[in-house]
Amino acid sequence: MSQATLRIQKISGHAGSVPGQDTQRDLQVCKLVDTTTCIGCKACEVACVEWNSMPFSPTTFDNTYQTMPDTRWNYWNLILFNEHEREDGSLQWLMRKHQCMHCAEPGCLEACPADGAIVQYSNGVVDFQQSSCIGCGYCITGCPFNIPKLNSVTKRVYKCSLCTDRISEGLEPACIKSCPTGCLHFGTKEDMLDLAGQRARQLKEHYGYGNAGVYDPPGVGGTGVIYVLHDATKPELYGGLPANPSIPFVVKLWKHPLKWLGNLAIAGGLIGLFVHYLRFGPKAREDEDIPPVGAQP
Amino acid sequence: MTNGWVDMKNADMMLIMGGNPAENHPCGFKWAIEAKRTRNAKMIVVDPRFTRTASVADLFCQLRVATDIAFLGGVIRYAIENNRYAKDYLLNYTNAAFIVKDTFKLPEDEGLYSGYDAKTLSYDKATWNYANGDAAGKPLPEAHVLTAAPHLAPGTPAPPPSLTEKPAYDFTLQNPNCVFQLLRKHYSRYTPEMVERITGVPKEQFLKAADLFTSIRKDGDTKKVGTIIYAVGWTQHTSGTQTIRTAAMLQLLLGNVGRAGGGVNALRGHSNIQGATDMAGIFDNLPGYLKVPVPADGSFEGWMKRITPKASKPGPWESFNYWGNTSKFGVSLLKAMYGDAATKQNDWAYDYLPKVDRNYSWTYLWDNMYNGIVKGLFAFGMNGVAIGPDTKKNIDALKKADWLVVGEIYPDETSEFWKSPGITTEEMKTIQTTVYRLPCAGFAEKDGTFTNSARWLQWKNTALPMPGNCRLDQAIVAQIFLKVRALYQTDGGKFPDPILKLTWNYTDPANPSLAEVLKEINGKTFVDAEDPATKQQLKANQQLPGFAWLKDDGTTACGNWIYCGAYTEAGNLTMRRDPADPSGMGVHQNWAWSWPANRRVLYNRASCNVDGKPWDPTRRQVWWSEAAQKWVGNDVPDFKADSKPADHMGPFIMNPEGVGRLFAPLGAFADGPFPEFYEPTESPVDNLLHPQQSRNPVVKRFKTPDDKYATPKDGYTIVCTTYRLTEHYHYWTKNNPMNVQLVPEPFVEIPEELAQEIGLRGGDKVRISSIRGEYVAKAMVTKRIKPMLIDGKKTYQVGFPIHWGYRGIAEDEGKTSKTLANLVTPAVVDPNAYTPEFKGFLVKVEKA
Repeated sequence: MSQATLRIQKISGHAGSVPGQDTQRDLQVCKLVDTTTCIGCKACEVACVEWNSMPFSPTTFDNTYQTMPDTRWNYWNLILFNEHEREDGSLQWLMRKHQCMHCAEPGCLEACPADGAIVQYSNGVVDFQQSSCIGCGYCITGCPFNIPKLNSVTKRVYKCSLCTDRISEGLEPACIKSCPTGCLHFGTKEDMLDLAGQRARQLKEHYGYGNAGVYDPPGVGGTGVIYVLHDATKPELYGGLPANPSIPFVVKLWKHPLKWLGNLAIAGGLIGLFVHYLRFGPKAREDEDIPPVGAQP
Repeated sequence: MTNGWVDMKNADMMLIMGGNPAENHPCGFKWAIEAKRTRNAKMIVVDPRFTRTASVADLFCQLRVATDIAFLGGVIRYAIENNRYAKDYLLNYTNAAFIVKDTFKLPEDEGLYSGYDAKTLSYDKATWNYANGDAAGKPLPEAHVLTAAPHLAPGTPAPPPSLTEKPAYDFTLQNPNCVFQLLRKHYSRYTPEMVERITGVPKEQFLKAADLFTSIRKDGDTKKVGTIIYAVGWTQHTSGTQTIRTAAMLQLLLGNVGRAGGGVNALRGHSNIQGATDMAGIFDNLPGYLKVPVPADGSFEGWMKRITPKASKPGPWESFNYWGNTSKFGVSLLKAMYGDAATKQNDWAYDYLPKVDRNYSWTYLWDNMYNGIVKGLFAFGMNGVAIGPDTKKNIDALKKADWLVVGEIYPDETSEFWKSPGITTEEMKTIQTTVYRLPCAGFAEKDGTFTNSARWLQWKNTALPMPGNCRLDQAIVAQIFLKVRALYQTDGGKFPDPILKLTWNYTDPANPSLAEVLKEINGKTFVDAEDPATKQQLKANQQLPGFAWLKDDGTTACGNWIYCGAYTEAGNLTMRRDPADPSGMGVHQNWAWSWPANRRVLYNRASCNVDGKPWDPTRRQVWWSEAAQKWVGNDVPDFKADSKPADHMGPFIMNPEGVGRLFAPLGAFADGPFPEFYEPTESPVDNLLHPQQSRNPVVKRFKTPDDKYATPKDGYTIVCTTYRLTEHYHYWTKNNPMNVQLVPEPFVEIPEELAQEIGLRGGDKVRISSIRGEYVAKAMVTKRIKPMLIDGKKTYQVGFPIHWGYRGIAEDEGKTSKTLANLVTPAVVDPNAYTPEFKGFLVKVEKA
C-alpha cells in the first residue's frame, strides 16, 4: 500500500511527540453519505470486498435485507436496514451505510496502548497498522460506533481504511466510485459539509422533511464520514446511530487522569523509597529481636 | 422506451408502477434520482409491496397485484373531471376528435365490447373502427358505405375490415361518439370509490396520487413534464399489454409523449433484450417489427397488402404514415437474406420465408413439446425449467422430447431436468431425452452490440478470453448451419432452397465476425445511388446512411431497417463514446447510436405546439425554423423534416392516423380498443365492474393435466406475486460466491399480521402452494406488505424473489429446499403479447 504522500499526525500509545506534527496543514477528506437517496443496492459493499481482496464469509438468512448483523474483520462496509413506521402510519425503509466514521478525535486511537498500531493522517483518515497491533481489543471499547473487529485467529483488528491506497493516488474510495445513484460523495470536509447542507435545505423546502439535517457529531470533534438524514433529531432510527457519540469515559479516565495518577503513584513510590533510604538507611538489625542460637525461650 | 435513461433527469414528475428500478436497474435509476436532486422532481411509486424504490419515493400506494388498469383508469377519469389534461395536445396530436362507428359498444355493465363470440373466445372487430366521414368530417350513414362496396361473388369470404381512410371527426370534441367522449364515458365507472374497492388503495391515498401526478397540468400549465416508468410488474399479467396501453393513453391525455423527461418508458430486464425484440426474437415479427407472413397471404403482394397500412386522417390534416414504406423494408430484408436469389420474378423469395400458421410463443412452445409436437430444443442462455411458468409442465414436456441442447456457462436446471427433485431413479430410466451440454462464452467473453432500454446500440469489445473449450454462440449456430447446408447439398430434401440460397458471405463462415453481421444488418446499396433531397451519392456496395435510402426495387439490402445507419461508410457508429451533451438535456448524439436514425426522444415533434414552438422554452428539443424551412434542434427531429406546421402533419408518424391513439381501432388489440379492468386468471374476488364477466373474455387456458387453475373455493385465498432482487440476477448468480454472500438463502415476504395469524416468526420455514406446486423457503416477516381491504374484505398478499433452484452454491450444499419459484405460477398468457401471468395468482401459506 502506497501511503507515500500521507503524513501522520497522531500515533496510538506513543511516547513523546509525533515527528513533524503540526508543521503543515492538510485538507481534511470526507465521505458524504446521503441516506435520503440510498437505495440499499450494496454496490458499495461489493466494491469494498473486491478492492480489499477480502475472503468470502458464510452468511445466513436473518429476516432482513441486511447482508449480516454487523461489520466483520473481513467486511468493513455494511448497509443497515430499518423498517420504521411513522406516527401517521406511513412507512419508511431507512438505509444507512455503516463503516468507520474516521473521527477527528478517534476513541480507538486514544484507547490503544500499542505504539503505532493506530495512526491518524493529517487528512483526518484513521488507519490501523496491523503489524504493530497486539490484539488487546481496547480500541473496540474506545469506539463509540462499535466498528473495530478482531480476527480471532490472527489477533489483529480491522476496519475501513477510507481507501488510503486509493486516495493517496488521487482516486476516490472504492465505495464512492461504485455508488450508482450518486448518494455517496467524496471531497474535502468543507465541500462535503456544504453539499450536505444544500441537500438538507432542499429536503426541508421541497420534500416536507422539516427535521432534515447533517450528522457530524461534535463529541468526537466531527467525523470524516457525514450523513444527510431525513430526520436529524432521530439518528438512532438509522441502524442505531448514536445521537451524541464521544470517547467513552472509561477510556478518557484511564488514558488521562488515571494514567497520570498511575505515573504519579509510581514516581511518588520510587521517590518515597529513595528518600526513606536517605533518611533511614538500610534496615538495621535490633539485637533483642533475634534470639541467640541455642538460647532457651 | 420512447425516451431514455439519461433523459429521465429532465422529468418534473415520475410515476413508477409495475417496476422496481432502484432494485433492478440501480444504474439507470440514478437518472430518476438526478431529476429529484436537480429539479425537485416528485416520485410516486405504486406497487404491491414497499420496495427499495418506494423507500426514496415521495408517495407510495400499495396496490393489489394485477389491478393496475383500475388504478390508471381512475387517474384518467380524475384528469378529465378536473381539467388536468393538455387540451391543445389532445385535440391536435391524438385521435380524440375522431368519431367512432355508432355500432360500436363499450363494455359497461356487461363487460364485453361489441362483436364478442363466446364459442371462439374472440371478437369480430369490425365495429371497432372510425365512422366514415364526408368532406366536412360529418359521419356518413353506414348503409351509404355498404352500397358503395364492390360486389363479391357468392362464397367469397368478406375481406377483413380495413381502417377507415376518411374518418368522421369533431374538433369541438362534443359528438357523443367521438373518441374523447367515449373515453370519458368508459372511465366514468372508475371512481375513487371503485378504485379503492378493486385495488385496495384507500380512496384518500389514491386521490393524493392522482392529484400529484396530474398536478403538472394544473391551471393549464404546459411546461411541466411527467414520465411513466414500468417493467415486468406490468407485462407479466394477462392484462399486461392493456395496462401499458392505459399508461400510454394517460400520457397522451397529459401531453407527455415526445417531451424530454416524459414518455412511456419500459425498463427492459436483460442487457440485450431490446436487441432481441428489435431483431425479432419473437415468432410473430421479422427484424424491425415487420409482421410475419401467414398462409392466407398467398404471395409477396398479398403479404404487403395486409401489413401495409393506409393513412387514416381528417381531411385538413396530414399523415406521414411511415409504415406505408413497408415494402421497402420487406424487399431489403429479403435481399439481405437471399441476395441474388431474391428477384422480382420470384416474388423476392417470398416462398423461402416460413409462414406462421399459429401461435409459437413461449408457453405454446412448451405446450407443443408436452403434446409431442416439438421434438427437440436448443436452449442458449435460457433456463426454461426455471423460467416456467408452471415449472412442472416444462419438466414433463422435456421428458417427452427426443433431444435437448443447452448452451450455458454453468450446469443449469434445464440440462438436469431429468434428475430434478421428485424424480425417482426408476422414472429416470424411462426418460429417453438425449441432453447435450455445450460450454458457451459469458458476456465479458463476447463482443457485439447490446441494445439497451433507451434504444442505444452500444458496441462492446471482448474483455476476457473464453476458458477451456467454450465456443461463441455465433460459431455454434454457424457450424450447425454449414453442416445442415452440406447435408442438403449432398442428400437433397423437401425444400432445400431457403437453406442453400441463404446469404452467408462472412470472412470466416464457421465463426462470423459480429462486426460483419452488423454491417449486413445496416445494409448497403447494390448499385450507385443518389438521394434526391440532399444530393448525397453512394457507390455500389457502399453501406447505407439510413433507412430513407431503402428501396423496394431490389437495389438495396438491409437486415433490419430500424438499425439502418448504425454502420455506415463512416464506420461502426455503435462504438462511439463522445459524452458531449451541448443542450444539457442528456442528448449525447455521438455516444453510440440509437435507433431510429440516432433519435434520442421519439415523437419529439410533439414537444412543440401546432405552430412548431416548444411547449417549454427551457427544454428545447426540436422546433420549426422559418429561416431554414425545416425542423431543426438538439435532437434528430422524428418527423418529415420539411413539413410546415401549417400542414398539420401528425407527430406520431408510425400510426396511420399520424396521431396518438386513445382509441385503438380494429385488430390492434385482441381484447378492446380501450383497456378495461379484468381480474387475473386466479383472483380472490369477482370483478366489481361486471361480476358475470370477471376475467378477460379472450384469454385462453391450456388443457394438459399439468394445467390447473384455482379459485378461492379451492382453498387458495392468498394473492401471490414473484419478483427479483438487486443482489441476484435470475438463476445465474446463485453460482457466484459474492452474490450468494449478499443474499444466501431463498425467502418469502409475509405481512406481519398474516405471520401472527399462522404463528410464523422470521426465519421459520414456510410453504407456499398453488394448485400447481409448492415453494418452500424461510419467511421474511415484514411491515412492507400490509393486509388489504378488497371490496371491504381482508385480503393478504405475499411474494418472493425467484433466484433459486435445484443447482447452485447453496443448493449443492443442501442449504435450500431446492424448489423453484415457478412451480407455483400458471401457464396463462396475455392475449396480445403472450407474456405469462407470473405475477398474480392464488396460493395457500402454511408453516412447513
